[in-house]
Amino acid sequence: MEFDFIAEKDKFLMLGYGLLAFVAVVGGLLLLLDVVPSWFARRHEAKLVAASASGAPLPRWPKQREGLFALFFLLPTLLLLAVGLVGPAIRTTLLSFMDAGSNDWVGLRNYGWMFSDPAILRVLTNTLVWVILVPLVATSFGLVYAVLVDKVRFEAVAKSLIFLPMAISFVGASIIWKFVYAYRGDDQQQIGLLNQIVVSLGGEPKFFLQESPLNTLLLIMIMVWIQAGFAMVVLSAAIKAIPADIVEAARLDGVTPWQMFWQITMPNIRPALIVVVVTLSIATLKVFDIVRTATNGNYDTSVIANEMYNQAFRYGQNGQGSALAVFLFVLVIPIVIYQIRNLRQQREG
Amino acid sequence: MAFARSRQTLAIAGALGLALGVTACGTGNDKKSSNAGSAECAAYEKYGDNDGKKVTIYSSIRDIEADRLDESWKQFEDCTGIDIDHEGSAEFEAQLGVRVDGGNAPDLAFIPQPGLLKRFVDAGKLKPVGAETKTEAEANYSPDWLKYGTLNGQLYGAPLGSNVKSYVWYSPKMFKDKGWTVPTTWDELIKLSDTIAASGTKPWCAGIESGDATGWPATDWIEDVLLRTAGPEAYDQWTTHGIPFNDPKVADALNRAGTILKNDKYVNGGFGGVKSIATTSFQEAGIPITTGKCALHRQASFYANQWPQGTKVAEDGDVFAFYFPAIDPAQGKPVLGGGEFVGAFADRPEVQAVQTYLASGEFANSRAKIGDWVSANKKLDLANVPNPVDRLSVQLLQDEKTVFRFDGSDLMPAAVGAGTFWKGMVEWINGKDTATVLNGIEGSWK
Repeated sequence: MEFDFIAEKDKFLMLGYGLLAFVAVVGGLLLLLDVVPSWFARRHEAKLVAASASGAPLPRWPKQREGLFALFFLLPTLLLLAVGLVGPAIRTTLLSFMDAGSNDWVGLRNYGWMFSDPAILRVLTNTLVWVILVPLVATSFGLVYAVLVDKVRFEAVAKSLIFLPMAISFVGASIIWKFVYAYRGDDQQQIGLLNQIVVSLGGEPKFFLQESPLNTLLLIMIMVWIQAGFAMVVLSAAIKAIPADIVEAARLDGVTPWQMFWQITMPNIRPALIVVVVTLSIATLKVFDIVRTATNGNYDTSVIANEMYNQAFRYGQNGQGSALAVFLFVLVIPIVIYQIRNLRQQREG
Repeated sequence: MAFARSRQTLAIAGALGLALGVTACGTGNDKKSSNAGSAECAAYEKYGDNDGKKVTIYSSIRDIEADRLDESWKQFEDCTGIDIDHEGSAEFEAQLGVRVDGGNAPDLAFIPQPGLLKRFVDAGKLKPVGAETKTEAEANYSPDWLKYGTLNGQLYGAPLGSNVKSYVWYSPKMFKDKGWTVPTTWDELIKLSDTIAASGTKPWCAGIESGDATGWPATDWIEDVLLRTAGPEAYDQWTTHGIPFNDPKVADALNRAGTILKNDKYVNGGFGGVKSIATTSFQEAGIPITTGKCALHRQASFYANQWPQGTKVAEDGDVFAFYFPAIDPAQGKPVLGGGEFVGAFADRPEVQAVQTYLASGEFANSRAKIGDWVSANKKLDLANVPNPVDRLSVQLLQDEKTVFRFDGSDLMPAAVGAGTFWKGMVEWINGKDTATVLNGIEGSWK
């Protein structure tokens, strides 16, 4: 296709404005951050010089001003958080207690609907299966792989093979796997890898993505494929960070590989393990693209994020959509609290 | 030291200011001047003096279809001086709500679902059409059509393009070679299907996969059959929830459609068993007709654009469509179809001028001449419709005997019509029984 720069000039102009605005805002902020403190610093410096010249006691940096400084630096972040995060969160919570058009208060009706409609209950169960299986399988796989390839020849190549899928978007990966699971009639050439294997083993081609509950497991497989690389890289780094003297001491004591893993490796990489599991759990709770691309939530595969989008944006059911969003938020909170606690403990310990 | 650094920052600030100033001068000014006053512009004088005004339109029409739209109203733009800025989006249905709620509503929107139109009317966002648009729309469209844009006695949108859904695509060449004839009754259709099945070919092919709209082609099937078995009155009651969604009449229609769609002897030519209907995309569902693996494919007039390049779409060509036969002669000649309605979120004079123009015969003929477009506009001249299938559609729409009904899923609340109905049809194809599916959909309609 020909690309006409002249015809698209409006878009380029827009791009130019965007870049300039970005440079202006960021540059302006940097400038401000540079000028304001240095101005105060210079004044302070001048006072110090004057004080030392006259022999008076040195003036101290007033405490109150320090707080003011902190506020000044925090203000943009606080403002953006309030506008982009806190505000919408409060609004969504309020909407979840209102009707479809957000006109009247309906109390807990939307939550009642969520926990009584069989279709939505199915969605909640699916999400539960996702959030249990993905972190578990992806982390275990990543851990085992990291331990196995540690210090072997071609470690870098072996690791990149597993890490590569990380570079593929969820939608891209889902399309790839949709082909793996694809079905064609038994009188036709199979285009799906899995069905080709089934057929060459003498079986009948199967509708993999249409058979519940197998299909949910097959979709989970896609996420594991993408995320195992992340788990593997983080855990591999943690394994390498175990002090060599501990490992050596253990060797001298004559541990078996099994003991080495459970008594030396595991306790040492525990913090990294927790980070991986928590990150994967939150990512899994939010999963949307995979289900939407592969099955669009049909055949009993829908998850909370998909149903939330459908209810709020496609069906015009703001209340029910918001209730699902709030529920998703509530589910993430304990995981985040756990993570913060762990971080604190580590810092203190 | 400190002094040197502040000089440096000053230089950065200066460079920034300079760059901003330069681009500010770069904004081009390419406003077209109108050539109002020339002879061909005489017809547009009634739209008033709106030179230099801009009207934004938002729709689901993209790519080549959007280019054709731009071309069709070019003369109107040149003569009136109104600049029409059309934007098409694949996420139109979801994004329109976001834009309207966000205070960024377009002036006009081509809304293909009367159910969605109603949502914006109920929310008080949509403006009723002006007097001139109303006169124009009433002169050009039948009451059957206008009632879908009318709410609480007010007209909110005039129809624009239309499509006819009651078609069965076939290959005239294949029919001639095998000695089959185009069926004109339901019984003939079933008899023909049996004949084809006996010859070793699966007669029907179907596909309902369509991204996040998966399921819609099956809803059309059911609606087409229901309109034929239960009649237009029952159909209207069903789409407005006057009778429950799981009424026995609907169950009958579903079961009758099932005698084709869920019949392993009949489907799914070129793709596999019944379940493959759910995963076959609607775009490729009819293609096996061109390779002789399937003989019949029920799909709307717009399927004409899906055939592979070089396929001749004509009565004596590679593929063509026949009218999906009536079942009960007492119910007349039912035609199921769809179309867009031009709703306005603003009532500035130039917006109303464009709205009036889009309801006019001039626009319908101007757009039809460019090709691949059908409208129920009565002023549309058959001679201006180049494509044989489109001509057939216009004839059907303009036929006095035709009982036109709008696609039911577009009339229902979105949670049903674009939600549980679609999903229910996918489950039905995937093996769930009629009663369970219908009860589930009825339960979701509040």
